[in-house]
Amino acid sequence: MATTAATPTFAPPAAASYGQTGIWSWITTVDHKRIGALYLYTALFFFLFGGLEAGMIRWQLALPNQHIVTAEQYNQLFTMHGTTMVFLAIMPLSAAFFNFLIPLQIGARDVAFPRLNAFSYWVYVLGGTFMTVPIFFGNAPNGGWFGYAPLTTMPYSSGLNIDFWVMGLQILGISSLAAAFNFITTIINMRAPGMTLMRMPVFTWMSFVVQFLLILAFPAITIALVFLLFDRFFGTQFYEIAAGADPLLWQHLFWVFGHPEVYILILPAFGLVSEILPTFSRKPLFGYNVVIYSGIMIGFLGFGVWAHHMFAVGMGATADTVFALTTMLIGVPTGVKIFNWIATMWGGQIRFAAPMKFAIGLIALFTIGGISGVMHSSPPADLQQTDTYFVVAHFHYVLFGGSIMGILGGIYFYFPKITGRYMSETMGTWHFWTTFIAMNLTFFPMHFSGMLGMPRRIYTYDAGQGWDTFNLISSIGTAMLILSTLIFVINFLKSRKSGAIAPNDAWGAGTLEWSIPSPPPDYNFAEIPVVTSRYPLWDLKHPERTAGIAHSAPDIMTITDAHAVPVHEETGHKTAAELGIPMPFNTVKPLIAAAALVTMFSGLLFMHKDQFAVAMTITIGSAALFVGTLYAWLTSPLE
Amino acid sequence: MASAVAHESHEHTHYTTTGLDNRKVAIWAFIGSECMLFASLISTYLIYKGKSIVGPFPHEAWTSPSGQIFKPILNIPVTSQSTFVLLMSSLAMVMALDAVESRGKPGYVGTIKGNSKFWLAATAVLGATFLGYQAFEFTSFVHEGLTIKTNLFGSSFFTLTGFHGAHVTAGVLWLLTLLSIDIKRGLTPKDALLVDICALYWHFVDVVWIAIFTLVYLIA
Repeated sequence: MATTAATPTFAPPAAASYGQTGIWSWITTVDHKRIGALYLYTALFFFLFGGLEAGMIRWQLALPNQHIVTAEQYNQLFTMHGTTMVFLAIMPLSAAFFNFLIPLQIGARDVAFPRLNAFSYWVYVLGGTFMTVPIFFGNAPNGGWFGYAPLTTMPYSSGLNIDFWVMGLQILGISSLAAAFNFITTIINMRAPGMTLMRMPVFTWMSFVVQFLLILAFPAITIALVFLLFDRFFGTQFYEIAAGADPLLWQHLFWVFGHPEVYILILPAFGLVSEILPTFSRKPLFGYNVVIYSGIMIGFLGFGVWAHHMFAVGMGATADTVFALTTMLIGVPTGVKIFNWIATMWGGQIRFAAPMKFAIGLIALFTIGGISGVMHSSPPADLQQTDTYFVVAHFHYVLFGGSIMGILGGIYFYFPKITGRYMSETMGTWHFWTTFIAMNLTFFPMHFSGMLGMPRRIYTYDAGQGWDTFNLISSIGTAMLILSTLIFVINFLKSRKSGAIAPNDAWGAGTLEWSIPSPPPDYNFAEIPVVTSRYPLWDLKHPERTAGIAHSAPDIMTITDAHAVPVHEETGHKTAAELGIPMPFNTVKPLIAAAALVTMFSGLLFMHKDQFAVAMTITIGSAALFVGTLYAWLTSPLE
Repeated sequence: MASAVAHESHEHTHYTTTGLDNRKVAIWAFIGSECMLFASLISTYLIYKGKSIVGPFPHEAWTSPSGQIFKPILNIPVTSQSTFVLLMSSLAMVMALDAVESRGKPGYVGTIKGNSKFWLAATAVLGATFLGYQAFEFTSFVHEGLTIKTNLFGSSFFTLTGFHGAHVTAGVLWLLTLLSIDIKRGLTPKDALLVDICALYWHFVDVVWIAIFTLVYLIA
């Protein structure tokens, strides 16, 4: 029965050999796994790019009075470092996992709208390029990743820089929203028989919460950006203080989006860790229900804490108190998760493989960031810390120590499923320890430089203010971090070609994605599994582990899917055509639609030079192409 | 059992967890997102209400420094007419969906009730009429001295109602697309979902207008 012997009976095929090969097949693909891989490679590229920007920043700040870059270049670097890491690296890295994993974890053959999925990817990659390329021409956005208006309005930022930022974010918002509608529908509607909501893997659950955050938070920044665009190009007065505008309008709209965005960045990593810890502790997740409910609660409360980013603007005692309380409150469900993870490891037979190391790293480092976050929730304390390096330390512990550690763990964990090969464990160990040490070396001293009064976003500083040593340590840490990332890149590229071959169930995990071959065939499941508990694969192979959790008999009567059978390990190696499974056709239309959309926004850049006619020609022309492609897309059959 | 399974597989039905079509789930998620979009626009309008330094104003007269007198700019009787037109379009939309769903049923064949082409066209025409009213309103405001650049009221009013108008425009195009399919091959009860999701969108756009009409026009 157990067919996951260390040596599989067949040689795993190269990633593409189930379907077509060649570049054109990647450009026209609608397969969620290939789109997930595209997201992964693209987002890793942007991650490296954003890391190099951080390297430039730290090079400049390593010693006092350095002028390696000018103040203007420095502004562009920190703006693009933040924007890149948030919108072009962490969010799409999460999206890579949404794409690859959600259908596999819920027992589906694809996402609900495969072509829309391809569209989301192409909009992301084109939008990311649109926003990144200007840095090579000295024209990159320079108003911070938060782009506070009125600073970003025409009178104060008259260059093209902010236009790239405004339209780039608008484009990326469309990508995220399209993907979110897709995943919400997929999770609600594409679950295998028996996969009830409370049996869904925790990663899928956290992703589900994130999709709701995306569809409810992004409209706020969309509108804020529309106002900014109109102010810049059409003379509206939304951010025109002289006309009576509220100087805080942008900040409110931005942070109504911006704070849920924080949870958009962290919850997928929480989900990944919640898959890794049970697998490497060989125990079900402790308090599954509580982890899910606290995730939902974080989602709700995430919309009620935005103004804690604005304690310094003088909102008054009542508003400060309310937002201080909600902020302290949101620490509770987050803390609950930490204890659930620790209790999951408690008494387990732990294996310290690379994914597990990163998962435990997340628990340790995120907790530090969480604690300094609770410190910020107190307005009097926050007033001392606002705009200092203390805040920089805080959110890097949360985003690097949390999101990135979780995502790196997720990459080590799912690499065998994605490619059919393991990553090198030795290099993984080196990567983990160098990252862990370098990360702390970089960001821990920032607590001190911040407390000693070093403000954020200064491009250089005078010696003798007590910050010199801390800055030097931070910069040495960053150099180490770049080297440790190099280990990761080498490991990643090498293991793709020559890593040890992985069986279906590479780690002895309990969820559905491990029951199918690595890499999965294009149809995922030859037979749709009928699910009877949270860890169907452990029911099959290690029933003693899941004896304590709720099960149901396979309820044949409610099953209307002809392909549904009880969970088993699939070792067959047939094509979709041989199995009679209809697959969606490849199509290039999503790419054309995405290109038209990006051109539509780019056309508006000509408004800047008062070339109204050129702008309108490009924009309206592209809009027409977009609508035409949409019609062609919707009227052509999916499969 | 076996025959039931064979039947299902023969039918080639796509299994869904809820039994609903994916498109229906997605349009609800989309509408949820659109609520936040309009919430942001309407909030901004309300935050900026009464904050404009110069006129014209929506509900009050204004005398400019040069002595020119501007009447309150909103024309509630005319906008009430366009609101009524939009409400009636929702009724026509309901009739169109009913006609498609009940195609071939007794009492529908050969009657106006069963004529989905008529109801789809009526919905589109009423929607276009609403847009005509909006074009008239925008033009007359500009003639009276209010543009998107004039003051905070102008900026937030034109952006809010313009966004709504863009949504109506998209809806009219969607309706005309359905109408052309109906003319080309005839919509059957199997296509009811296509009309259903368009109807959900259309009713949503209508409901948003009720909110705008109340908050912007009626409450001074």
